[in-house]
Amino acid sequence: MINVSSNLLASSFFAYFIATILAWGSFASKQKKASLKIKKWERISIIVAALGFLLQIGYFITRWIAISHVPVSNMFEFTTFLGMMIVLGYLIIYLIYKTNIIGLFALPTAMTVIAYASVFPKEASPLVPALQSYWLKIHVTTAALGEGILTISFVAGFIYLLRVVDQTKSSKKTFWIEFVIYSILSTLAFAIVSYIFNAMNFETTFSWVNETQQEQELVYHMPAIVGPPDGEIVKSSHSFKPIVEAPSWMNGVNAPRKLNSLIWSLLMGLVLYIMLRLLFQKRIGAKIQPYLKNIRPELVDEISYRSVIIGFPVFTLGALIFAMIWAQEAWTRFWGWDPKEVWALITFLFYAAYLHLRLSKGWEGEKSAWLSVIGFVIIMFNLIVVNLVIAGLHSYA
Amino acid sequence: MIECECGHKNPIGTELCESCGKPFHEETEQKLLDMRYEGVARRSKTYQTTIIDKIWNFFSSVKVGIWIIVLTLIASAIGTILPQEMYIPPNVYPAQYYKEQYGVVGYIFYTLGFHNLYGSWWYMLLLASMGLSLIIASLDRVVPLYRALKKQSVTRHTSFLKRQRIFGISRVPNPHETIKQVEQKLKEKHYQIRKENGNILAEKGRFSRWGPYVNHLGLVIVLIGAMLRFFPGMYVDEVLWIRDGETEAIPGTDRKYYLKSERFILETYDQDDKKFQEIIKKVGNGIPKNYQTDAILYENKNVGIAGAEPKLVKLKQQSIKVNHPLKFDGFALYQTSYKLNEFHKMYFKLEEKETGKTFGEIEVDLLNPKSTYNLGNGYKVEILEYFPDFEFGDKGPTTKSKIPNNPAFVFKMYTPKTKDGEISFVAIRQNLEPFGENKFKMTFTKLDVRNVTALTVRKDRTLGVIAFGGLIFMIGLVQGMYWNHRRIWVQIVGNEIWMAAHTNKNWYGLKKEIDYVIKDTDLTKPQDQKEHKGEVA
Repeated sequence: MINVSSNLLASSFFAYFIATILAWGSFASKQKKASLKIKKWERISIIVAALGFLLQIGYFITRWIAISHVPVSNMFEFTTFLGMMIVLGYLIIYLIYKTNIIGLFALPTAMTVIAYASVFPKEASPLVPALQSYWLKIHVTTAALGEGILTISFVAGFIYLLRVVDQTKSSKKTFWIEFVIYSILSTLAFAIVSYIFNAMNFETTFSWVNETQQEQELVYHMPAIVGPPDGEIVKSSHSFKPIVEAPSWMNGVNAPRKLNSLIWSLLMGLVLYIMLRLLFQKRIGAKIQPYLKNIRPELVDEISYRSVIIGFPVFTLGALIFAMIWAQEAWTRFWGWDPKEVWALITFLFYAAYLHLRLSKGWEGEKSAWLSVIGFVIIMFNLIVVNLVIAGLHSYA
Repeated sequence: MIECECGHKNPIGTELCESCGKPFHEETEQKLLDMRYEGVARRSKTYQTTIIDKIWNFFSSVKVGIWIIVLTLIASAIGTILPQEMYIPPNVYPAQYYKEQYGVVGYIFYTLGFHNLYGSWWYMLLLASMGLSLIIASLDRVVPLYRALKKQSVTRHTSFLKRQRIFGISRVPNPHETIKQVEQKLKEKHYQIRKENGNILAEKGRFSRWGPYVNHLGLVIVLIGAMLRFFPGMYVDEVLWIRDGETEAIPGTDRKYYLKSERFILETYDQDDKKFQEIIKKVGNGIPKNYQTDAILYENKNVGIAGAEPKLVKLKQQSIKVNHPLKFDGFALYQTSYKLNEFHKMYFKLEEKETGKTFGEIEVDLLNPKSTYNLGNGYKVEILEYFPDFEFGDKGPTTKSKIPNNPAFVFKMYTPKTKDGEISFVAIRQNLEPFGENKFKMTFTKLDVRNVTALTVRKDRTLGVIAFGGLIFMIGLVQGMYWNHRRIWVQIVGNEIWMAAHTNKNWYGLKKEIDYVIKDTDLTKPQDQKEHKGEVA
């Protein structure tokens, strides 16, 4: 069953990939002439994306059966689910606005998230007592759905920026657009690097004293640029030695290894970015912009705003209200200033500020679009950094 | 009072006539009207002299509100850089701990008081000002807005219509017939229609305008609920340790309730479990599956009677597990911690060293040892001294705590052969004879252990208030976000039909609806006056 499930996930990933290509293909040819044929390709792209979504639902259900609890209980399962919710958010927006523009970037974003998920351990992990509750299904899925819809706000906002920011000269704005692209490339690089080193069977085993003061072994599957603090190599498949040690204040589970992966991703992301820059001979934003010239900025601005309107209540319900109800049952108190809780509150406050700025201060268009990018950064921060650097009750992986 | 040309009397400070919408301050003819809060007279814009006015104006400003949100956001984020005091080990000095663990950063973090950020006076002050801002900013707007939406008339001033974002003029052969058609279409879209002299005001979803104020009210209730915790009696947070088989008074209940723990159970995942074999192989055995205390709850019927023994009546029997607290009378007992295999009883035999003959066994309850154990026939053992948690300190043998982690005894053994008694010191794997060679010794035979469970005793009377606030907040949020307040004005002006429309958000949806409404009529499509021209979708 678990194999069936993995295959379904792989096929859905492939479907998203095809749908992305179809979306860009139909979109790029629309520049030249608007014909019925292109409209048809756009439809096919949506259908393939929806098919991918169904396949992923299939993955979800079969994995649920295989491990006999809802598969959102570790980093791999949760992050995969988040990718699925991004696709769902995109499909919802398509149903409302009947435009495939969002798919151009929503599908790649979802794929990047799923690729990121795939490097975490995929074994079925049993539920510790704190997680044995029906609130696991309710809280985690609702929170992820909210985050997925809010991600669509980022996608639309980012398209807006790519569309309107002046690319004829370099500025702070173009720098930050490139920075966002670089970050996405780094996430992608993370997945690629993991696969390559896994395929090469890279393995270094360190012994070290972990954050709970226990002596432990830590296995790296990538060459260690950053070793554990005071770690010693027990055995290694290669002669590569750590250049520096991870700072000891990093408290996440296996933090040194995660930091090492992060550094690899950032480096490889840079390599990917430079390759693309050399290929295009200009900023990537400048390369993309002409393709988007037929997009009405007002429309993507409205979609971005609308996604916040739809996603904000869902996020609040899932990540704060359901979370508090469950925390009261499981941890004896509805609020305990756990880092993950605090960052959910920060996300909530941020989008509250977004809405007030938009409604009362007239922050529409570009300002609003930048905010939606920051909102996404906060969501990703809560997913990645809070688990990597900050220990807490939520660090399950 | 400002009297409009339509005859309606508006409060001072009104921007747009509450009835006909005529703007009172004509700046530029072309500019779109600022429709926020319908141009009503708000207290904050009208009275600005006294101290009260100034405080009111400060907190009614959305700009100030946003600053409070942003400051709270930044402060909250700073608090997560290092663990808060409540998450560091309980047996360390915070000042030292932060410095040693996190270096300079830790030192600064601690010195600035960030180790207890969420309980600091200034964080409280931020939350309080957020509450104040929520109340004042809402009141400042909701009352006049309600008035304006209630007073609005169907027929609007032409400069009001013209300066709406969506506006269009059509020349039609038969205006009255067209208006009839439009009215029909609007009804199909569930608009409520008001008519006056052949003009139409179609409106729907007005209740969504109250959404923000409802959700703000919900938040205020939540904040009040959080404040209530500081009142005595609202909040109980205690820990109850119970050994297997023991009955204890539940702290915080004034001896009204007692709890017996029949046993504490810890279960781990079975390594033969096919599903999870892989991960168990990797992280090792001992992934916990269940923490459970089988408990019986009693009520003490003699509570309040001075000096009376508790009279216990069984109320409830339940297995307390994580996620399944035992609830009674506003209290909840949560499984929070445990200790396995605490020493319970030790058994010793009195033995003659030379012959190996034994003369009876004593059973020492480690929490409650007797001073004398009579074995009959002149055999007797006294416990002269007992060290439950033995340690050899500077001043000789001593005990670290009252918990029997490492019990040690000074026995005095009396037998017919040794009438004056012999003294022996017995600890785990130790048997000393401080006053010379003895004839008899105490031989350890066995040890009884038992588990100890730790239950958090919690009573939180603020929960109801907070849950209620949360519910109101969620209702307000959905009400304001998932519905839109849309209005469409259709008016006959001379021999033209003027059409204008307004929504508080989601203009795309409104435009789609207008497209539907004017389809198959002689009306031309009204324009979005905000949209850039010359661009296609």
